[in-house]
Amino acid sequence: MKLPPLLAAICLTGAAVSASAADPDLGRNLAATCASCHGTNGKAVPGAGMDALAGMEKEKLLQKLKDFKSGTKPATVMQQISKGYTDEQMDRIAAYFAAQN
Amino acid sequence: MIINRRDFLKASAGAAAMAALYGCASGSSKASGHVLVVGGGYGGATVAKYLRMWSQGNVEVTLVERDAEFISCPISNLVIGGLKTLADITVSYDNLKNKWGVRVIEDEVTGIDAVSRKVKLEKGGELSYDRLVLSPGVDFLWEQLPGLKSAEAQRRILHAWKAGPQTVALRKQLEDMKDGGVYAITIPRAPYRCPPGPYERACLVANYFKTAKPRSKVLILDANEDVQSKKALFMKAWADLYPDILEYRPNNELRDVDVAGRTAILEFDRVKADVLNVIPPQRAGQIAATTGLKLINKRWVDVDWLSMEAIGTPGVHVLGDAIFPAPTMPKSGHMANQHGKLAAAAILNLLAGEEPNPDPVLMNTCYSFVDGKNGIHVASVHQYDTATKTMQPVKGAGGVSAARNELEGKAALGWAQNIWADMLA
Ligand SMILES: Cc1cc2nc3c(=O)[nH]c(=O)nc-3n(C[C@H](O)[C@H](O)[C@H](O)COP(=O)(O)OP(=O)(O)OC[C@H]3O[C@@H](n4cnc5c(N)ncnc54)[C@H](O)[C@@H]3O)c2cc1C
Ligand code: HEC
Repeated sequence: MKLPPLLAAICLTGAAVSASAADPDLGRNLAATCASCHGTNGKAVPGAGMDALAGMEKEKLLQKLKDFKSGTKPATVMQQISKGYTDEQMDRIAAYFAAQN
Repeated sequence: MIINRRDFLKASAGAAAMAALYGCASGSSKASGHVLVVGGGYGGATVAKYLRMWSQGNVEVTLVERDAEFISCPISNLVIGGLKTLADITVSYDNLKNKWGVRVIEDEVTGIDAVSRKVKLEKGGELSYDRLVLSPGVDFLWEQLPGLKSAEAQRRILHAWKAGPQTVALRKQLEDMKDGGVYAITIPRAPYRCPPGPYERACLVANYFKTAKPRSKVLILDANEDVQSKKALFMKAWADLYPDILEYRPNNELRDVDVAGRTAILEFDRVKADVLNVIPPQRAGQIAATTGLKLINKRWVDVDWLSMEAIGTPGVHVLGDAIFPAPTMPKSGHMANQHGKLAAAAILNLLAGEEPNPDPVLMNTCYSFVDGKNGIHVASVHQYDTATKTMQPVKGAGGVSAARNELEGKAALGWAQNIWADMLA
């Protein structure tokens, strides 16, 4: 299945920007582990009470995860989940969600 | 019936709509081929959707599922407890078909030829594939409980460990039971599907009795020496909420059942119940357990954690409850959903002639209700370890709830809505 030209062009630009990553799918794969609760690509089901992550600014998302890890942001489960990922992995996850719209 | 490429493309949605759904391409878009998925539960529905989404429609996906609709085991204990209906836990396959272009076939796969890459269907015909994914869940070892071998016996003594008609039938038995009766639930030795599930069910039946049939009892007969998940939280809930209703007996393994007498035959004891709910011992679903795949303990499929491929059978990937788990990894819907994504990524790499990701991560959270409102959880994160070639739980991460709370009762329902959408919307 071919992408329409305009979309293909946007995609190419996107790929060029993130070309520094060794495996371009790594952030996607890691972020997919969060989707079971926060929705596919971070688009949570509206009204179901889980926060959407799609389109959240990268630095903001990373700060929240840091605050979960340190315990300054009160949480039921994120304080435990956030400790399971390395800083590098979290960086990729945050970049992936920030790029979703 | 062999499905050809042209038929398949006709069944897919329009190209423009697809591109809008998929968003931008990345590495895996080079993949093409036909993936056949057996079982549309937590693992199978997830891998089917993610293969279509991540390949931007380039990989053809056929899903064979024997049931017409998806019915969730998670939240089914709330149906048994009278707090939800079967409709609340039922989701259609329409979005997989119409939005994602998955070809969904309502049938049962009865055989696999991994050399010529074909499967046989119950209603007749064959399907060919480039890669096969099996996510058939569990089947029961009825031979270990001779009294329950017949279909008639299984209609009277229910498991309700696969959601659907059994869920409704168990609810009906509880409604029909007289006040002052005994509900007994038997738990097999671990590993079994959903470690906290039996204890959650006992809580929700006790919660129902507490208001509707206050003289009745709940008896847990556990083959294991201890509560298998969230022990302290369940024990506290039982002591605080159901002190005169619920009794827990460890080291009580079911040996057989006297169906007419509704009696559980244990090693040293016989227990008569008004409603006897037997969770039988389990192994990988039939299609994974009896088609020549390498099993561990004769029950669970041994997989390569980088691809979820069955060890020794290239081209066949196995997910979910059917596999031999990595250390501390539960048989859960959440985990099966994560296996589905790991497999989707690896299959797209393999179809594109690339190596799968060498550093996969899986995470799990199982919520349980201890009454109509309060929830508790257990969470873990698992990273691939090259030394042991398996997924290892990350030390210091994960854990359980500090105490039961209403926020997590709400989170459990929110989790269900989101994971169902992640699989099927
Ligand atoms: C009461 C209960 C409560 C639970 N609560 C939770 C919870 O809160 N959270 C959680 O994460 N997990 C929970 N679980 C566990 C969860 O249900 C399972 O771990 C999960 O369903 C496993 O997914 P799967 O894909 O391996 O199997 P399933 O989801 O069972 O899917 C298997 C599918 O394959 C189909 N199938 C099998 N063989 C064939 C064949 N040959 N041909 C065609 N179709 C076939 C079946 O019809 C079925 O639809 C619970 C389980 C129970 C019983
Ligand atoms: C088991 C379900 C679950 C999973 C899986 C999960 N989360 Fe969460 N997340 C929650 C809950 C619940 C909250 C609210 C805080 C709490 O109670 O822990 C939350 C909150 C958050 C927030 C704060 C949102 C805001 O706007 O304040 C961020 C950021 C977040 N999660 C990121 C992630 C990332 C990244 C992952 C994957 C690595 C992830 N979550 C996986 C359940 C989950």
